[in-house]
Amino acid sequence: MKEGVGTTGLILNEPFLWEKGKKGRMGFSLPNNDVPSSPLVAELLGEGPDFPDLSEVDVVRHYTRLSTWNFGVDSGMYPLGSCTMKYNPKTNERQASLPGLAQAHPLLPTELAQGALKIMFDLQEHLAEITGLPAVSLQPAAGAQGELTGMLLFYAFHMMNKERRTKILIPDTAHGTNPASAALCGFRSVPVASNAQGVLAPDDVEALMDEDTAGIMVTNPNTLGLFEEHIKQISEIVHTKGGLVYADGANMNAVMGMVNMADLGVDVLHLNLHKTFSTPHGGGGPGSGPVCVTKKLEPFLPVPRVMHVKNRYELSYDFPESIGKVHAFYGNFGIQIRAYSYILSMGDQLKTASQLAVLNANYLKESLRDIFHLPYDKPCMHECVFTDKHQQAFKVSTLDIAKRLIDYGFHPPTIYFPLVVQGALMMEPTETESKENLDDFIEALRQIVQEAKDNPELLLQAPIKTKVRRLDETMAARKPCLAG
Amino acid sequence: MKELSELNFPDDVMYSDDHEWTKMENDEAVIGISDYAQDQLGDIVFVELPQVGETFEKGAEFGTVESVKAVSELFLPVGGEIIAVNDALEDTPELVNNEPYTGGWMLRIKLSDKSELDQLMNKSAYLESLKG
Amino acid sequence: MRYLPHTQEDIADMLKTIGVDSLNDLFTTIPEDCRRKTDLKLPKAKTEWELNHHMSGLAAQMAVCPDYTVFIGAGSYDHYIPEVVKQLLSRSEFYTAYTPYQPEMSQGTLQAIYEYQTLTTRLLGLDVANASMYDGASSLAEALLMSIRITRRKKVAISRLIHPLYRQVVRTYFAPTGFEVVELPVSDSGQTDMTGLEDMETFACVAVQSPNYFGCIENLAAFEEKIHSDSKTLFIVSFTEPLAYGVLKNPGSLGADIACGEGQSLGIPRSFGGPGLGMFAAKKGYMRNMPGRLVGQTLDIEGKRGFVLTLSTREQHIRREKATSNICSNQGLCATAAAMYMATLGGTGIRKLAALNHDKAAYLQGLLKNAGFEIPFDTPVFNEFVVKFPKDFKKTYTNLLSKKIVPGLSLTPDYPEFPDHYLLCATETMDKADMDLLVKEVTS
Repeated sequence: MKEGVGTTGLILNEPFLWEKGKKGRMGFSLPNNDVPSSPLVAELLGEGPDFPDLSEVDVVRHYTRLSTWNFGVDSGMYPLGSCTMKYNPKTNERQASLPGLAQAHPLLPTELAQGALKIMFDLQEHLAEITGLPAVSLQPAAGAQGELTGMLLFYAFHMMNKERRTKILIPDTAHGTNPASAALCGFRSVPVASNAQGVLAPDDVEALMDEDTAGIMVTNPNTLGLFEEHIKQISEIVHTKGGLVYADGANMNAVMGMVNMADLGVDVLHLNLHKTFSTPHGGGGPGSGPVCVTKKLEPFLPVPRVMHVKNRYELSYDFPESIGKVHAFYGNFGIQIRAYSYILSMGDQLKTASQLAVLNANYLKESLRDIFHLPYDKPCMHECVFTDKHQQAFKVSTLDIAKRLIDYGFHPPTIYFPLVVQGALMMEPTETESKENLDDFIEALRQIVQEAKDNPELLLQAPIKTKVRRLDETMAARKPCLAG
Repeated sequence: MKELSELNFPDDVMYSDDHEWTKMENDEAVIGISDYAQDQLGDIVFVELPQVGETFEKGAEFGTVESVKAVSELFLPVGGEIIAVNDALEDTPELVNNEPYTGGWMLRIKLSDKSELDQLMNKSAYLESLKG
Repeated sequence: MRYLPHTQEDIADMLKTIGVDSLNDLFTTIPEDCRRKTDLKLPKAKTEWELNHHMSGLAAQMAVCPDYTVFIGAGSYDHYIPEVVKQLLSRSEFYTAYTPYQPEMSQGTLQAIYEYQTLTTRLLGLDVANASMYDGASSLAEALLMSIRITRRKKVAISRLIHPLYRQVVRTYFAPTGFEVVELPVSDSGQTDMTGLEDMETFACVAVQSPNYFGCIENLAAFEEKIHSDSKTLFIVSFTEPLAYGVLKNPGSLGADIACGEGQSLGIPRSFGGPGLGMFAAKKGYMRNMPGRLVGQTLDIEGKRGFVLTLSTREQHIRREKATSNICSNQGLCATAAAMYMATLGGTGIRKLAALNHDKAAYLQGLLKNAGFEIPFDTPVFNEFVVKFPKDFKKTYTNLLSKKIVPGLSLTPDYPEFPDHYLLCATETMDKADMDLLVKEVTS
């Protein structure tokens, strides 16, 4: 048998920053003071923060060691469902760190910031082309803020019609953030159950949609990895009652070049540049969550908007119906640069990327269906959802399978989500994994399933090859220790 | 999770559909959650309780219990004024897991309407409802 | 395409396993009338070299140091970022990881964020800090909403000297909520005027920024006394320049319940306004009402120290519509950068660097004053300040732009009552010679 990637190696311990160093050290090259010193009045002065004094070497060793306790896309396959952990191209990092872009002040006079404004303008145009929705704001700093922006647009649109609608329809296969985002805008979420095929039934939407409902938030493809095939009809039902359709575009990686969101009846869609458009997730962010809208909703988009007038790029605040601002400046511009750089590198091969993402997911689905229970047996989009049903007999669960995968050198899939599937294992391989990588992943899962039968303890004890073993989350929550 | 037969259901308390127990001590009702409820919730990490002096109607939400990955609302089995809450749960919420009917008590209330007690279940009725 | 590893042979093999004939056949669940009719109209794919050329060209159109001398701060500051921070941050184990959902293989991110939380509490003088918010503006909006949750009151007061763009974000977040935002006026000293603030028991909180938008240091101690005359009202301190707390008394020591603001100064490039870092800290009693992710220390089954995301029952994926916020992805890598930066400086370094910032701004302020320009507010500042230029200064301003000097930011669009007032900033990166030149140019 081929040797797997998961192994052990020399892992170095590292204390806290404040357990290192010595008073009087400094890892910073302080500039000389070329002006007279000018002390502040004594009553304003504090003691200064109690930071450890470290040398440059102390700092370098510290973070280098910490980094080796981590696993990223650069380390290996990361099939985290709904997170689209595709490869983060290195050239994107180069572009974002160009001094002209990285050092630019956001409030420069626009004539001195044409390069940045062109990037934003062109990126908006490209995202409009990809989604089919003509107007774009890059301001939301992450997907959840994109959702909030979308809900603020719903609110503003209905208020323009002098309507304070109070409800919003949210399918049980939507992303978990949706209800919280809607609640921030005063919308009460009304759950819509998906049908036996794992998608929304128009009748169910019709029964719930009324004139007090602001609209619907659909994730399409949904979190079961299935395309909402009745989306056009559902949009019509919602529009007939004066509502709007919000699409959570977190799963856009399945359908670039395959669908036009405007044709499906979508009014507002947010994208996650840190998913579909290859920008790194940074261990928790920064992301970027642009919203794309129809002409009807364009007047409400956040300001300032980037305009192209007479061969010059300008920032305009002149949109009286705008919802205002969701970010102090223009959103996470550094992330926008990376997405722009990705789109320019890919060109129309973005469609190929979606096709290969769907190919990879279906390949996993077909290759694993004999060992895992498949709750919705139909062609999937960019991700597929299995469960631990067949493994329960051996008293091992989804969590144990996930933890054992770590020992095999893979990041586990998303687990226990979506909630409509008991013990879900949600796998999204993305298009940047090769067939060999998928085969290794499949082989690892096959071995784990065999272990579950022969020696379930291997799963229950997993992981054993990591810096730390399973952690006591109960203790962490009962006696919170959030600072040292 | 345990089998019903492994759980403890004392005879001297009354039970509600929402899995709270009520025990009368003189004119006051002591309230907590049943062994079944704590077992379903798993390791309890936090209990949020109301202020002394607040008054709630029967069935009103009076607080929440949290495990690592879930939050559950608590509903009053009988209405009344809160006259004491179990402060010990602030630092040791695990009392609800370990001693649900004694150290894990939550509230002491002065009843608004004693007849509400009649709607609660005794042990055998509660067990019957759990077997459902 | 170099990011797509599939050979034609791979594709054929995989299609065979799946049992379909072509890539298009994988999309049969998309009804025909939902299929896109037209091809994507995108520019032809660029090679890596073409892309470099294109992007370098765009970057060259931007006014940045050393070509330009930019005297604008206003919420985005020029500080020297040590090479160490850039190099360590480019370890791809950090930047290509997702949110640490699987703690056993994310201990690097988790300890780094735990240390960030710790250093943040020490900088701001509070007990708990979260793993970050999007930016200073949304941090403030979330802090205000948090005070409403805690007090169940429906009104907040915020200083007009909080960054105008932050106040716009607050208005946007508050529009659908029905909660009221009262703005506190500007006093003659360039500080918040709280004299008219009455009925404290009706306010969920009072928020001020220090140093404020005019660069002036606020009298937080006096505000604290007034705000806490009602025991429930929360005192929120916002900031755009955390480096100031290297020398100034921190918000916690002056009685703040929540401190929130922008951490871009701490080792994060300005990057045309983002990504920055929303910092957020509070007193321990408010821990469970805080928005955002929290990393906590715990033990593994062998008793070894480790870290996990904790208190997640506050968050959107569990408490759904009752969550303390909808935030998921935050600014994790920026928080990591800030921790690296704070570690590089240390306690000794941050004091010296903060003092140096103040020296530079004080020098420029003095120079302009001596040159005859009005310094309208006689209040201590940190690294930026307001100056009133003559009426015809606009022409000089434009003229200076052509000489590659950006002499500050006009206050007038946001504060019409202050015509010809400009906000100027000088940090440790500003040379004496540059400041001398600016003053020479504006006086000539």
